[in-house]
Amino acid sequence: MKRLLLALVLVLPLLSGCTKKENEIVIGEYDSLTGSDATFGLSSNKGVRLALDEINAAGGVKGKKISLVTLDDQGKNEEAAAATTRLITQNKVVAIIGGVASGRSKAAAPIAQTHKVPFVSPASTNPDVTKVGDYVFRVCFIDPFQGYVMAKFATENLKMKKAAILRDVKNDYSVGLADVFAAEFKKRGGEIVADLSYQAGDIDFKAQLTQIRSKNPEGIYVPGYYTEVGLIAQQARQLGIKVPLMGGDGWDSDKLSEIGKEAINGNYYSNHYTTESSDPAVTEFIKKFKAKYNETPDALAALAYDAAKILVAAMERAPDLSGKAIRDELAKTKDFGGVTGKITLNENRDAVKSAVIIQVDGSNRKYITTITP
Amino acid sequence: MQDFIQHIINGISLGSIYALIALGYTMVYGILKMINFAHSDVYMVGAFAAYYVARFFGIDASPGIATLITLLVVSMVCCSLLGLAIERLAYRPLRNAPKLNVLITAIGVSLFLEYAGQVVFGADPKVFPEVMKDMVLFNIGDVELKSFDVTVLIVSVLAMLGLQFLIFKTKLGRAMRAVSANASVASLLGVNPDRIIAFTFIVGSSLAGVGSVLVGMKYPKIDPLMGMMIGLKAFVAAVLGGIGNVGGAVLGALIMGLSEEMVVAYLSSTYRDALAFGILIVILIFKPAGLLGKYTVEKV
Repeated sequence: MKRLLLALVLVLPLLSGCTKKENEIVIGEYDSLTGSDATFGLSSNKGVRLALDEINAAGGVKGKKISLVTLDDQGKNEEAAAATTRLITQNKVVAIIGGVASGRSKAAAPIAQTHKVPFVSPASTNPDVTKVGDYVFRVCFIDPFQGYVMAKFATENLKMKKAAILRDVKNDYSVGLADVFAAEFKKRGGEIVADLSYQAGDIDFKAQLTQIRSKNPEGIYVPGYYTEVGLIAQQARQLGIKVPLMGGDGWDSDKLSEIGKEAINGNYYSNHYTTESSDPAVTEFIKKFKAKYNETPDALAALAYDAAKILVAAMERAPDLSGKAIRDELAKTKDFGGVTGKITLNENRDAVKSAVIIQVDGSNRKYITTITP
Repeated sequence: MQDFIQHIINGISLGSIYALIALGYTMVYGILKMINFAHSDVYMVGAFAAYYVARFFGIDASPGIATLITLLVVSMVCCSLLGLAIERLAYRPLRNAPKLNVLITAIGVSLFLEYAGQVVFGADPKVFPEVMKDMVLFNIGDVELKSFDVTVLIVSVLAMLGLQFLIFKTKLGRAMRAVSANASVASLLGVNPDRIIAFTFIVGSSLAGVGSVLVGMKYPKIDPLMGMMIGLKAFVAAVLGGIGNVGGAVLGALIMGLSEEMVVAYLSSTYRDALAFGILIVILIFKPAGLLGKYTVEKV
């Protein structure tokens, strides 16, 4: 009897898994819903859900409703790979909206490529992500561009001659931005006086900052995530470093100001979009997002929203819902009017669009300028 | 030269935090001859206890000494209770089991707290409330001495002196030393070892509570896995100084803090964590009992 029960318990979930609704299209998403950069994943998930709800309310795709399966990768590469496998083999998804971090996309995308399932990353900015294969796309710009944008802004707008770099060596994203910033800054006649590193999870950065202080730079490029950047800003101010810090979209979280307090104010970072924009696409998006979640969307939410919209638009255009048909249409995406700007996917399946420079001002994000490629 | 002095100040400040946590490892080891791997997670829970109490009662609205003391007490009480519960539920039932079983249980408790913490508190980092305003006490050129650093140092030195007094000058301390030397003989002489061990956990855990508030004050980002690295380093510090030895734990912690700071300053931050374990290996090879530890022959 016991064995029979056990067998039943084991078999039941398999049976229920087979009862898939016929008039539904399943899209998969994996995201860091928990873990050290969970705010990225949660925002991203909200953006995707908002987009799909809108599409379903308008009648879905090809007369079918879309259902979303979201799995948590806990901020770990191996979990992202496992989640992707599960989405493809068990949930039979037609396409996948990938996570926010480049490292995780690099682990997950090859699986989607092998199974020929279209994979769209909303915010993985590392150049290598789309080099995985022709089924992998992204709707954000790539790291070299962010490093380039900040170097251009630092030399042209802030008139900087000497800069220091503090990079997270454990993080592909941070290293990528730092390398391009350094190269571009030097090309524009500037000098990198110090190039130091830390590791995600560290809480004490005084040793590096003391060293940077002795070199008297006019700015410090810290292309890390908000978790450490907040502490770095505080400790920099504690050591009496008054020059601005600069960073990338990894700074974009409300937690940045919570952790960094006053120390983070006045610093600059490059980002995908600004809530201060007067573009109707942006204001409309912010209004809908606020109505649904009662909070202001950050760039991750906006990118995820765009990713879902671009994917669904390609599905609508595609003759059928096979992986290849969706992929071919995705590749043709041109001048798509998204929240984060006009999006055209180039031959490398990367989005080509401009970036904005934001200045932190308490919980406000002051729009400074837009820098085009 | 200015930088060098600044590095020394930074290092001592970091080391005194390691010291508070290292004291907990060393005390439990001294009495029970076991390594309480869950100690660093008790410290994590202490930080969250202080965080939630401060948020709930709005204590963080008025930073100052009173707030610091309130949160220290809250965190110490919560940590002591948790330490007691862990001892009672996880370690006492295994009192007569082989040492390895207790070690594995300790690791299990540690993992349980870390991952249960992610469920209960959420895995995203929280921002510790502002306990005190940080002030510059004095500066020479670019070198600054901050009130946080001094507070951390003073509190850990006081904790260490208090412990020394407790262990060597009080009746309770004598009982602790007796249990440490031989628990069954001590019990024949009227000492209740279970009571003494529970007491050891209270003291050790409340030190972790103190550490958690000080760390929260200095590095205001707390998350359920915050105990992992700092716990490992404090443990290495305790071994370095001679595990079981109170002064040794503090000495080891200061050496760890200083050398870590120097490695980051003059080599590379990538070696920061490698250094801790490098030191551990070197010490275990050349002076297995630690700097201030006594070498004893293990009876078989």
